[in-house]
Amino acid sequence: MSKLHVTTTVNGDELDFVCPPEETLLDALRGRLGLSGSKEGCGTGDCGACTVKMDGRLVCACLVLAPEAQGAEIETIEGMATGESLHPLQSSFIDNAALQCGICTPGILVAAKDLLERNPDPSETEIRYWLAGNLCRCTGYDKIIKAVQFAAAEMRGETA
Amino acid sequence: MHFVSPQSTEEAARHLAEGGAKARILAGGTDLLVQMKSGMVSPETVIDIKRIPGMRDITEEDGGYRVGAGVPGQQLNEHAGVKSLWPGVVEACDLIGSTQIQGRCTIIGNLCNGSPAADTVPAMAAANAVAHVVGPSGTRDVPVADLPQGPGKLALEEGEFVASVLLPARPKRAADAYLRFTPRTEMDIAVASAAVSLELAEDGTVSDARVVLGAVGPKIIVATAAAEAIIGTKLDDDALEAMTKACRDAATPIDDKRGTVEFRTQVAGVLAKRAARIAKDRAGERT
Amino acid sequence: MNKMSREKQDFKVIGTRVKRPDGIDKVTGRAQYGADLVVPGMLTGAVLRSPHAHAKINAIDTSEAMALPGVKAIVTNADFAALDDEFLLDVADNCLAREKALYHGHAVAAVAAKDAQTAKAALKLIKVDYTPLPHVTDVDDAMESDAPVVQAGRKQENVKGDYSDNVTMYCEFGHGDLDAGFAKADHVIERSFKTAATHQGYIEPHACLASMTSDGKADLWCCTQGQYFVRTLCAGILGMEASQLRVTASEIGGGFGGKTTCFIEPVALALSRKAGRPVKLVMTRDEVFRATGPTVSSSSDVKIGMTKDGRITAAYAALRYQGGAFPCETVAMGAQSAFAAYDLDAVKTEGWNALTNRPKEAAYRAPGAPMAVYAVESVVDELTQHFGLDPLDVRLKNAADAGTLSSYGPTFEAIGLVATLEAAQKHPHYSAPLGENQGRGVSCGFWFNFGGNTCVSLNINDDGTVGITEGNPDIGGSRASISMMAAEELGIPYEQVRTIVADTSSLGYNDVTDGSRVTFAVGLATIEAARDAIKKMCSRVAKIWEIDPDAVIWENGQAKPSGPNAGDFEPMSLAEIAALSSETGGPIAGHYEVNADGAGVSFGVHLADVEVDPETGATKVLRYTAFQDAGKAVHPDYVEGQMQGGSAQGIGWALNEEYIYDDDGMLLNAGFLDYRVPVASDLPSIEPVILEIPNPGHPYGVRGVGETSIVPPLAALSNAVSRAAGVRLHELPMSPPKILKAITSKG
Repeated sequence: MSKLHVTTTVNGDELDFVCPPEETLLDALRGRLGLSGSKEGCGTGDCGACTVKMDGRLVCACLVLAPEAQGAEIETIEGMATGESLHPLQSSFIDNAALQCGICTPGILVAAKDLLERNPDPSETEIRYWLAGNLCRCTGYDKIIKAVQFAAAEMRGETA
Repeated sequence: MHFVSPQSTEEAARHLAEGGAKARILAGGTDLLVQMKSGMVSPETVIDIKRIPGMRDITEEDGGYRVGAGVPGQQLNEHAGVKSLWPGVVEACDLIGSTQIQGRCTIIGNLCNGSPAADTVPAMAAANAVAHVVGPSGTRDVPVADLPQGPGKLALEEGEFVASVLLPARPKRAADAYLRFTPRTEMDIAVASAAVSLELAEDGTVSDARVVLGAVGPKIIVATAAAEAIIGTKLDDDALEAMTKACRDAATPIDDKRGTVEFRTQVAGVLAKRAARIAKDRAGERT
Repeated sequence: MNKMSREKQDFKVIGTRVKRPDGIDKVTGRAQYGADLVVPGMLTGAVLRSPHAHAKINAIDTSEAMALPGVKAIVTNADFAALDDEFLLDVADNCLAREKALYHGHAVAAVAAKDAQTAKAALKLIKVDYTPLPHVTDVDDAMESDAPVVQAGRKQENVKGDYSDNVTMYCEFGHGDLDAGFAKADHVIERSFKTAATHQGYIEPHACLASMTSDGKADLWCCTQGQYFVRTLCAGILGMEASQLRVTASEIGGGFGGKTTCFIEPVALALSRKAGRPVKLVMTRDEVFRATGPTVSSSSDVKIGMTKDGRITAAYAALRYQGGAFPCETVAMGAQSAFAAYDLDAVKTEGWNALTNRPKEAAYRAPGAPMAVYAVESVVDELTQHFGLDPLDVRLKNAADAGTLSSYGPTFEAIGLVATLEAAQKHPHYSAPLGENQGRGVSCGFWFNFGGNTCVSLNINDDGTVGITEGNPDIGGSRASISMMAAEELGIPYEQVRTIVADTSSLGYNDVTDGSRVTFAVGLATIEAARDAIKKMCSRVAKIWEIDPDAVIWENGQAKPSGPNAGDFEPMSLAEIAALSSETGGPIAGHYEVNADGAGVSFGVHLADVEVDPETGATKVLRYTAFQDAGKAVHPDYVEGQMQGGSAQGIGWALNEEYIYDDDGMLLNAGFLDYRVPVASDLPSIEPVILEIPNPGHPYGVRGVGETSIVPPLAALSNAVSRAAGVRLHELPMSPPKILKAITSKG
């Protein structure tokens, strides 16, 4: 079992690690790079808690082999805030009580950020379908949807 | 396990032939990694084909589109040309998994996984899509409809893999549609599904049709009798009823955790009927 | 001074929607959950599980696995202490099987190795010699006298009748003359129901990190609803003294009752003890479904008599629950909840629990109540349809209220059911028009709520801010609510209070975060700890002013002379008192320890609109409104969140969620793909309507709100689907094949 050396860009920083070829990107992020904000809820792509962005598209980090990240650009929850400034979605989730236990929150925030980058004014239905791959068992989704709408309005420059 | 990233289809085919049954192609990985996690497969070689030039491209070809094996679902869904020509294939693709899965999954992976419930396979089969197969002894083109042989089984020789799929050109007044039944709105596997592709004559009569069912047999079912039931009609209620019945007659489903024989048979007919209506409406708009 | 009445008080902090203190950690990925901790020298653990539903374990050969390079320890049940206590023994035997594997997925042995790959490889080298035994997974089958017996000798004395040894308990509740009651009815309906086992479905799998040293001291980090109970269980199972085991609760990624016991923690401790290294053990999702507690599945018969004007004359329910391979008494909660919403002259419920070859049941949000109330509310709905009556009118006509002798014994104090029903009746949802294939369902729901052992320390910092140490993991915003109650009582801004969750060595015992007890009981203890601190601050001020301590009162965050006779002094703020504490006797802290009583029951009423596709049996939830009595909503956002979250779980239970077993007793859907919890696009917006009928047992009137909300959705959905489809459903989940079959068979 030979290990592989992988160089990848995470949240703008070029990082590298060595891993066995069957290791997932999620395990590499959490175990080798110390980025434990992405969570493993299922390991099979059914819950979205490990959502990260890879080369411009949302993926479940549990369904990516770490060696595939060679040369890739990856964005995780740890890169969402800028210094002390939270992303409007992050603030909105706190202000609108869109989290209870918080375990699904990182994945949902990464997914919602990508949605708003593609569609600044999504309908409630569009948000619900976009986030259908992010399970939340605490909130019934209601406050999450409202928090995304609130942040979207703010980002469009509309004072909500 | 070895991880290789070949730079050409020939190199990939060589790895695949060398690795034999212990080698697996990795494109989107949304099935492969799940199977590895569960211990269902333990490959010794994983061949990542996404770095082969052209694998992530959608290119126009003879009025149709060639879709590379590394093209993720979301990229296909974003492609205005494919969406306009084969809306049913695109909507089938869009139904696979979540937004995150769409960032990785491929229609060719969906085909090669060999699941009778795969969403894009009935749609591609209804579309007369053709798979471009690369192997140790060269390349060949095979209709998608001929590849599935049963759960997990494809008509591929050792060392062969599907490098692209051609969604062919089609005339005006032609369109397709795909519907599946799942208990949830998303994140689910088809309990029954139906793809209908049809062409209309100028007077709105169905001049040609293909009806393909999914998840109601060990592999997709090309329901020829169902297609014949609507050819030459304007999809009046009698024709649709005949098609629905033909679909139910063609279905050979099983009872499992996702549905019963009775339910699948019943619903396959309903879905085909509804898909036919949608396809006809779409075809009417493509003038 | 100490016992201020807060009724009708204008609250300053309570009822506002402040930001939770752990918010930034949780939106930036910084919060540390069970699987997130890493320590030097850590090993990785993995668990071997039974491939059989029921099998005798003849021998476990670990020699080959132990010889694999990188494997540091392997444990089996034999590594646990010899136990006499039946309860502890059950927990231990569920963590690692002894003598028999009792269900598919039951843990049999565990490995600690240098990494995950090695641990996984080692599992394949452990040889277990099994003799498969006949199995049973269905509750009714398990009760049959000739059923395979899961565990013999567990039957309680009061179980009568020709049942198998799987029937472990019997209970009955009620009052009045049933026969006379049924005789008075204009119509009597008797129906049988079934509900499937459902899982709590928390997104965070169980995870822990154990570190034990050779002198017998241990630290355990885990995601749990109760670190003290984990300590009790683990210390018992490992044969340790409680003082030598410190348990720290990580942030918790959901629990809903499912993290109130142990599954892997004693195993990780045993591995660490044997390996002499820290061991991290994290469950996969597959293991969570196979081997942690779902709720019970049920089979029940309900018989209700009603007069034509809608008065219930008699009511009877027989409930049969299975809670897996170990005894449980959840059916007693169901039997007490079944008719709690009704003021009845004649009522009786009976309950039986049966053992099956399934994972041991764990608490799930109002454990036992949803399935009992589902059956009752379905029959009530059918009776209202029979007489053509309004479903809410009928419930109001029979509603329990203050002074009602409840169906389970106690007489109710002030309760909010009537107000909740009236609010539902007045809400625009109730009169909104319905279209073709659509139906509206109504259901009441009830939960007891709980208080329990609670211990809080409140420290006045020398800069005038306040630190609170409490012992219950924050599962949905409780740090905020507790800080709010302290700020309210002390009269200082919320932002000046910080609440932390203590480990087991830093604070006295606290019961598990269950029974919707935290905002009620920890809140009560926090308010009392604040009052204790206030009393001490007043006495410090008395010292400074050189007057009698009783002559100092506390108002709006300041100490003041009680009146002109006490003297003329400038009020002193908390900050001023804190700054001088060193000169007036040292640090100031308030404490409170209590086994809290008076939790106050909570009622809810839900309205659900659905549309059923008559050709496929698919159900779409169109509109959903939840009404609930919160006593006093401390942080309304998080009260609403509990109502919405419970509703969503109940909707999932009603429509799709279920444990599916094959004929061999194998669980077929141990994953989120086929277990099917609701996703965002499955649900409409769930509108919460909070009612506030103060609980006399809490200084601010708070009632627990966490559990009631999962009780009404089952029947609300079933009643809505039954009305939309024009045919009554008697089984959950109402998956599309069942609905389509019912529609087809009605013709």
